[in-house]
Amino acid sequence: MADTKTILTSPIFDNNPIALQILGICSALAVTTSMANAMVMCVALTLVTAFSSFFISIIRKQIPSSIRIIVQMTIIASLVILVDQVLKAVAYDVSKGLSVFVGLIITNCIVMGRAEAFAMSNPPVPSFLDGIGNGLGYSAVLLFVATVREILGAGTWFGITILQPVTDGGWYLPNGLLLLPPSAFFIIGLFIAIVRIWKPEQVEEAEFVMKPQSKGMAHGGGH
Amino acid sequence: MGHYVSLFITSVFIENMALAYFLGMCTFLAVSKKVSTAIGLGVAVVVVMAITVPLNNLLFQFILKNGALAWAGFPDIDLSFLGLLSYIGLIAATVQILEMFLDKFVPSLYNALGVFLPLITVNCAILGGVLFMVERDYNFGESMVYGVGAGFGWALAITALAGIREKLKYSDIPAPLRGLGITFITVGLMSLGFMSFGGMSI
Repeated sequence: MADTKTILTSPIFDNNPIALQILGICSALAVTTSMANAMVMCVALTLVTAFSSFFISIIRKQIPSSIRIIVQMTIIASLVILVDQVLKAVAYDVSKGLSVFVGLIITNCIVMGRAEAFAMSNPPVPSFLDGIGNGLGYSAVLLFVATVREILGAGTWFGITILQPVTDGGWYLPNGLLLLPPSAFFIIGLFIAIVRIWKPEQVEEAEFVMKPQSKGMAHGGGH
Repeated sequence: MGHYVSLFITSVFIENMALAYFLGMCTFLAVSKKVSTAIGLGVAVVVVMAITVPLNNLLFQFILKNGALAWAGFPDIDLSFLGLLSYIGLIAATVQILEMFLDKFVPSLYNALGVFLPLITVNCAILGGVLFMVERDYNFGESMVYGVGAGFGWALAITALAGIREKLKYSDIPAPLRGLGITFITVGLMSLGFMSFGGMSI
């Protein structure tokens, strides 16, 4: 049984749900054009993951294994409806900005993945912490991507001007590409590379290792 | 008719589920190592979307929408807050029924698609398609075209990515980018390519 601190912190960099386990990327990319949206999404996902793990863990001994997916789904969907309704009531603009992506927390693989992999076999409190930890791991990636995209793409951070754009008499020419979908993929790819340079044990094995070049053979070629 | 064609082209290319809205990414990256499995999953997604999007459209129009229960004598009831729960329930049920139906009547298809069907319940592309259909207020005909188009676009994207990855595994990639990192960058380039369709007006 891992201690509390490990449960909470290991998902942030050592076992990041997005960078290492390829979970929950769908929404990670779509909401990162501005910091405000990304922040709301992070809080929503962290709460849903933590509470769904908590509730599923409480009833884990009562759930028949043949219908466990449906039971988990119902608990998660109810929590997401709660988040969605609260967002619509208090922050309608943000809720509009996030469009369908709040609803998509239901199918976010992090939530299901943690319920299935951790909450079904651990007591409620560690499950809750595991949910928070994974939420934070997701948030770390999301906030990194959103920071890069908003600062370079619009010159602002949380709506505050950081780099004065030329249209307002400043010097920075905003790079529109960073607000478009492809940039999100590039930034996540680079984020993964940075984490792996820092923690080389996460590097994947090559499927085919290149043979060292023999003397006199022309470089390159192939197709 | 032209309206439906344009909706189809838009949902396949311009608003590609995977490359423009990042939906279904988890399976998109996890199951794209071989072209044959990618095609199997792609077909399964097209089939499930073609069924669930119109079905959810009926559910929304006749039960959940504000005032939709007027036919049953309750014109003041607004059940739209139950949307998320009902959509995912309907999707899960459809997938389950489809699986049992194929197992019983079309075993050859079941053997080809069977392993992918459970994956599809939690595929965000399906729920995403349904939620977009509700948000954009499509009617029944439009939702049918949209379901097929969005599914087809997703299938196209995953097949293309699998084709690239089959070749990519022979290349000498810098260690930290190996595997997931380079896949993301490849998808980014594909997404950039698909953006060129954005200028089309139909």
